[in-house]
Amino acid sequence: MKEETIPVTKETVIGETAKLKIEGYRFVTMTCAELDEKQVDVIYHFDKNLQLKHFRLTVPKDTLIPSISVVYQSAFLVENEIQDLFGIHFDNLFIDYRRTLYLGGETIAAPFCKFTVKRTDKSAPAAIQAET
Amino acid sequence: MSKTIIPFGPQHPVLPEPLHLKLTVEDEVVTEVIPALGFVHRGLEKLSEIRDFHQMVQVVERVCGICSVIHAMCYCHGIEEMMGIEVPPRAKFLRVIWSELHRMQSHLLWLGLFADSFGFEALFMQFWKIREKVMDISESTTGNRVIVSVNVVGGVRRDLNSEQISWILTLLKDIEQEIGALKKTLLTDYTITKRTVGKGVLTKHQAYGIGTVGPVLRGSGVVQDTRTLGYAAFNELNFEPVVESDGDCYARTKVRFRETLQSIDLIRQAMSKIPNGEINVKVKGKPQGEVVSRVEQPRGELLYYIKANGNKNLDRLRIRTPTFANIPAILTMLPGMYLSDVPVIVLSIDPCISCTER
Amino acid sequence: MFTFTSNILKNFLSQRATRRYPFETRSPFDGARGMLLNHIEKCNLCSICAVKCPSQCITVDRKALTWECDPFACVYCGICVDACPERALYQKPEYRQVAEKREMISLKGEIKKKVKKETDNGIESE
Repeated sequence: MKEETIPVTKETVIGETAKLKIEGYRFVTMTCAELDEKQVDVIYHFDKNLQLKHFRLTVPKDTLIPSISVVYQSAFLVENEIQDLFGIHFDNLFIDYRRTLYLGGETIAAPFCKFTVKRTDKSAPAAIQAET
Repeated sequence: MSKTIIPFGPQHPVLPEPLHLKLTVEDEVVTEVIPALGFVHRGLEKLSEIRDFHQMVQVVERVCGICSVIHAMCYCHGIEEMMGIEVPPRAKFLRVIWSELHRMQSHLLWLGLFADSFGFEALFMQFWKIREKVMDISESTTGNRVIVSVNVVGGVRRDLNSEQISWILTLLKDIEQEIGALKKTLLTDYTITKRTVGKGVLTKHQAYGIGTVGPVLRGSGVVQDTRTLGYAAFNELNFEPVVESDGDCYARTKVRFRETLQSIDLIRQAMSKIPNGEINVKVKGKPQGEVVSRVEQPRGELLYYIKANGNKNLDRLRIRTPTFANIPAILTMLPGMYLSDVPVIVLSIDPCISCTER
Repeated sequence: MFTFTSNILKNFLSQRATRRYPFETRSPFDGARGMLLNHIEKCNLCSICAVKCPSQCITVDRKALTWECDPFACVYCGICVDACPERALYQKPEYRQVAEKREMISLKGEIKKKVKKETDNGIESE
């Protein structure tokens, strides 16, 4: 991509996001792409004055990623969508739908991935709770 | 002070598409909102695994019915940038003309639905009567009223001859006159102002921090319009983003009304500057790489992330539609409002749920 | 207060804006994309239309010499019309009529059986 892309890790993503928020960037969206059997690529897009900036986070499929909804609250919707469709779980979400946003609730496989990795400590789907 | 939980939607007379909101209400004042989506999820992004990148243009147009030509334009821009294809200038101007016609049609539809949400059915019918003229222009020039299918990778499929151009300009004059006749009713009528002024306020700081886009952001005083990036032929046209500073439902209505009149002006400018030439180029090869492309839809900024690795089928296609970014704004706008203001406020962000949950 | 009254009076005194539909119909515009048909005498059975169709509604069988189209799966986009090298496909301006039954392969008059083969000059293309 011709805009600036910064690689981040699971531990540094919240720090880098908070730095961008102080500089005045707004959150645009997140994208998840499956790379191969075991890894996914999560890309964060930010924008200021119509100039984009991206972060790239490459993780194995059964990782627990810290959620950036502590910094940008409106990210909860797209993180829930990634949770549903790709099976990646996020920690500390603002509102956690527990994989019932698009899916029925009984689905274990990740619909958009070609290979699904089973999580060992998956919690059962429950009613929607707001965790502030 | 007793708490009641009231479900708004998924079926509601005011909503064009299903959206579910769980409202916690204390004595008629809303205190908390939790949205729930997922009623029209079709999984269209996954179709890129079996349809090749030329056929995906038709799939992507059908993500949303009201703003379909702009989805196709954004996708074609992304693929053309990835493959290094240069679109002929006449095709760029034609794309601008059709996308501005679509913007007018979408805003007129919204203005009608908005008037219907507080019961003003006569005004609703008048706006849709004007919209029929725009649909006639679409059908006679492209072949279809709503999903027009004129964009292909490499240009457009249909051309406009001079007879059609002069017919469109005559019709646009009539449309402008009729819209102007309704301006006084829409913006100064007592019932309309009583139900929209001061409702659903988003300050400038809140609107930017939540990440809203489109008329919701411009109605709160932030000057941002993705058309100023200069894609297609927009870098050769003169226009300023339409901005209002109050941040309530009335300001958003005014922004959309003024944008409709601005679109008429943009179409006239494009028709006077359109050069002669071909309308498409032949496309050879397969796409490779990663690209992000953005355009301005009637509802806000649309973003496409396309990843390809040299095959006929794309690796990943990700679509971020403007309503997806505007729904978290409902969580800030609704607390503190009366229950009877909820339909008007939810409709003022222009929810297009089929885009949101492609 | 009375901002809308002039509009109401004007509409009251002018003609109705709607058409009485089943009794009066509008003639369709010239370039409108309606039913998909095939001039079978020009068709070469090259199956380019079947490959390019976004909804995969065309089936071409070169052994049985048939060209089939499912009018209920077709989205009437017109890509096949643009792609056909013999200009055999065309679209009428009227839409497909409503029907009582939907059958998987054979439909209301859309199956064309091609009886003669192209044998001169070997014009058959893949």
